[in-house]
Amino acid sequence: MTPLLEVIDVSKHFHIGRGLFGGGDVVHAVDGVSFEVQEGETLGLVGESGCGKSTLGRCIVRLHEPTGGSIRFDGEDITQVKGKQLRALRRDVQIVFQDPYASLNPRRRLGHIVGMPMQVHGMGSSSEIRERVAALLRLVGLSPEHINRYPHEFSGGQRQRIGVARALAVNPRLVVCDEPVSALDVSIQAQVINLLDDLQDDLGLTYVFIAHDLAVVRHVSDRIAVMYLGKLVEVAPAEQLYRAPVHPYTEALLSAVPVPDPRAPRDRIVLTGDVPSPVSPPSGCRFHPRCRYATEICGREEPPLIAHADGRVAACHHPLNVPAAAASN
Amino acid sequence: MTDALLELRGLRVSFRTEQGVVQAVDGLDLTLQAGEVLGVVGESGSGKSVSMLALLGLIDDPNVEIEGEALFRGRDLLKMGERELRGLRGRQVSMIFQDPMTSLNPVYSVGWQIAEQIRTHEQVPKRVAQRRAVELLESVGIPDAGRRVGDYPHQFSGGMRQRVMIAMALSCSPELLIADEPTTALDVTIQAQILELLDSLRVDVGAAVILITHDIGVVAGLADRVMVMYAGRAVERATTLDLFDRPQHPYTWGLMGSVPRLDGDKPKRLAAIPGQPPSLISLPPGCSFAPRCPHRFEACDLTRPALEARAGEGHLDACLLPADARAAAHATQLAAARGEA
Repeated sequence: MTPLLEVIDVSKHFHIGRGLFGGGDVVHAVDGVSFEVQEGETLGLVGESGCGKSTLGRCIVRLHEPTGGSIRFDGEDITQVKGKQLRALRRDVQIVFQDPYASLNPRRRLGHIVGMPMQVHGMGSSSEIRERVAALLRLVGLSPEHINRYPHEFSGGQRQRIGVARALAVNPRLVVCDEPVSALDVSIQAQVINLLDDLQDDLGLTYVFIAHDLAVVRHVSDRIAVMYLGKLVEVAPAEQLYRAPVHPYTEALLSAVPVPDPRAPRDRIVLTGDVPSPVSPPSGCRFHPRCRYATEICGREEPPLIAHADGRVAACHHPLNVPAAAASN
Repeated sequence: MTDALLELRGLRVSFRTEQGVVQAVDGLDLTLQAGEVLGVVGESGSGKSVSMLALLGLIDDPNVEIEGEALFRGRDLLKMGERELRGLRGRQVSMIFQDPMTSLNPVYSVGWQIAEQIRTHEQVPKRVAQRRAVELLESVGIPDAGRRVGDYPHQFSGGMRQRVMIAMALSCSPELLIADEPTTALDVTIQAQILELLDSLRVDVGAAVILITHDIGVVAGLADRVMVMYAGRAVERATTLDLFDRPQHPYTWGLMGSVPRLDGDKPKRLAAIPGQPPSLISLPPGCSFAPRCPHRFEACDLTRPALEARAGEGHLDACLLPADARAAAHATQLAAARGEA
């Protein structure tokens, strides 16, 4: 079966401080990332700030042009599509943004905001669109009577529901959710997560779920991809990743999450130092300066992504939780 | 028990606005012993930050009204003049804020800022204060502190800035440290570093800590006691172990159920709390959580429940459900979360 989304060796570099005659530095925001997402699946994309997860998400919906590599949607290369084809792609691929305050036009009414994508794509007459807007609002748990209200009249959680309704307006197959709940309070966060869950069941959606909160990602994802400094370090089925992480960074990330249980043993692996600058990433494995298992080879050679048992893939010279034979690979 | 470090009695904070009076904190009582770590948990608008800002005289708004008593070592903070408060803030009581970038002055070096704080409260020569600043930066784990003491805030990363803030807060060995969401703006691995630091410092310095956070996971690892706040009121207060073992208030249940966790099996669905927090302009006359509570009955709409010890000494909650009904209610809620209903 062809995966719905294939990301093949995608890179995105940004030039900073470049003047009229060139010069300046290059930020390697995303560097040679590959993965696939099957139809109906949720792929969680986690990492700390600056790891490139949002940039990658924006490359997938073509809000950024990738610097290298290709992205295939439903078997077709969409890396270079323009004009009409790009517009057709936008019907299939939508995005929900993190900040429910900044991503809605404050001067437009709700009906206009949610109806706009349908107008752009010529999906019916204005009365049909109005009807569908009402249906969409009901779908995400808002009242159709709110159709003439402005964004400021809604709370953060309700605004995020509006963002979801807008993304669903054109019946997309793939929705990239970029930190959709991190701006919300915990009780509201749970409402939005449950909503996304229900919509996936009802509409057969495929999600790429970007978040920094590992507990949230575990809850929603089938498979999880972990990024560090622009590189993919591990991809694994959600439960496997949490039970037996292969990459030391994944292990450290998991142990750093505070557990809401006062009796839980506190065996945090505290990483020393900060994430290095993506302008001049470390040689070899990008994680080696902070890794407690690092040896000489880690600074010299970049580890390739290697498949391990149970569908786990990781890029590490000293993989954890795998049989010794595989580790010597 | 008589020499409590901090004692709040009926603290009320309200703001006059065009829409009406916003009751941000609605009658808060609290006792904090020396050296104790109290976690204050709540969502935005629960009054957890504003109550602490109020008692330090840090709300600079002509429309604010603060009532009640806040006794620090027996002296009422709310009756103190600005001069007296200034002598106390930074010396006996310090505060760390969520955003270390906006709480540091961008045009002075961090060493200068720490030394200034020391010299405000103590008669020491500049050179001594500067040397103390370097020691403090070392104690909070800033590498190469001797050189970095002359750096400016923008030259530090977020985690390092928060370390600078902590160094500054500890510069005069305070008796009480108020940490307002100290790790919320940080990544998890950096958050782990800062929590570890706070934990070790509280042992070394011996200060009492009030840790304000929305993350019950952070509280579980650090606090001796926990207070849960909702809509300007305390709804439950207990020792940390007791709160997690036998949570009593339906809001606390909801809060625990709505957080996805890494330990244990994955629940089918999160036990989200329906609806939204009430407007602080028109709070319901009874229990403020009643409109969202799945276990509400008639009395909840009429009577405001007092914060009382209903589940044993030292475990206070503000819920009208009788003890037997409560156990059953909690059991149904947990069963629903496991996907059995």
